[in-house]
Amino acid sequence: MSNNIIDPANMIYTKPELMNDNQMHYCPGCSHGVVHKLIAEIIDEMGLREKTIAVAPVGCAVFAYNYIDVDWVEAAHGRAPAVATAVKRLNPDKLVFTYQGDGDLAAIGTAETIHAANRGENIATIFINNGIYGMTGGQMAPTTLEHMKTATCPNGRDIHLNGYPLKITDLLAQLPGVCLVTRQSVHTAAAVKKTKKMIRKAFENAMEGKGESIVEVVSTCNSGWKLSPAASNDWMVENMFPAYPLGDLKNI
Amino acid sequence: MAKVKGAVVVNVERCKGCNLCVIACPSDVLELQPREVNDKGYHYAYMKNPEECIGCANCGYVCPDACITVYRKKID
Repeated sequence: MSNNIIDPANMIYTKPELMNDNQMHYCPGCSHGVVHKLIAEIIDEMGLREKTIAVAPVGCAVFAYNYIDVDWVEAAHGRAPAVATAVKRLNPDKLVFTYQGDGDLAAIGTAETIHAANRGENIATIFINNGIYGMTGGQMAPTTLEHMKTATCPNGRDIHLNGYPLKITDLLAQLPGVCLVTRQSVHTAAAVKKTKKMIRKAFENAMEGKGESIVEVVSTCNSGWKLSPAASNDWMVENMFPAYPLGDLKNI
Repeated sequence: MAKVKGAVVVNVERCKGCNLCVIACPSDVLELQPREVNDKGYHYAYMKNPEECIGCANCGYVCPDACITVYRKKID
């Protein structure tokens, strides 16, 4: 019976066409893959395949250009919004977006992030926040939660010594140049669909010239957190969501 | 009565055995291969109870490596 179900006419879900066959280097269960998939689907649905220029960060997503078949620019660490500013100003009819992790966007690139948002550049920013420097081995990031254990704070983050977790999207929501700030996640099918809707909105804003849109995706780093992919999702729901509550912070 | 039946095809070599599709499945259809592995040594996902699949595609949505294709058909 299952033989006649498996037919191209009955296909309802598959790998997006824009995502190529390269094996992704991400760890098993990494949220990056889901977000890559959403971006590839949305670009295809919007018909912007030949009109997209993406800016890759430094961090785990540094090789994003190997997986999604659009034009990419690789920026220096944290400088993706600055590069995207130039790309968008020179190509105002193109969809320009940056794809950054929390180390890139909220640590080394804080100045670029805030000033690009304040200038109201017509770009979209996808911000993957997993509260850790995943690529370099799970060190403490500005977004690391209080008492969260990492390689560089093995006894947990001490706010007297290391400061408070940086809620950079809350800061960005204050700026008049920003039109959309939202915080989503991709741990369940329902959450994935919501995130897709918001990323699409961000891309539409960028094309309409409404200002900068920021979509934060609260994510897991199961290697850095030293948990299984499923346990990291539970840990995220229990610990990350109270500190980084999901929802729209600004949507105009 | 018309019944909706689904089927899942896993791209075995792309699968990293993260188990997220198994957890996302509401009908307990998927499982990781208990013994078999792919070329990279991961226990890939397969349909343990193919008859139970309703084609909701939850497994596909949560799959980080885009290795799941879902089919759905109404059967009279």
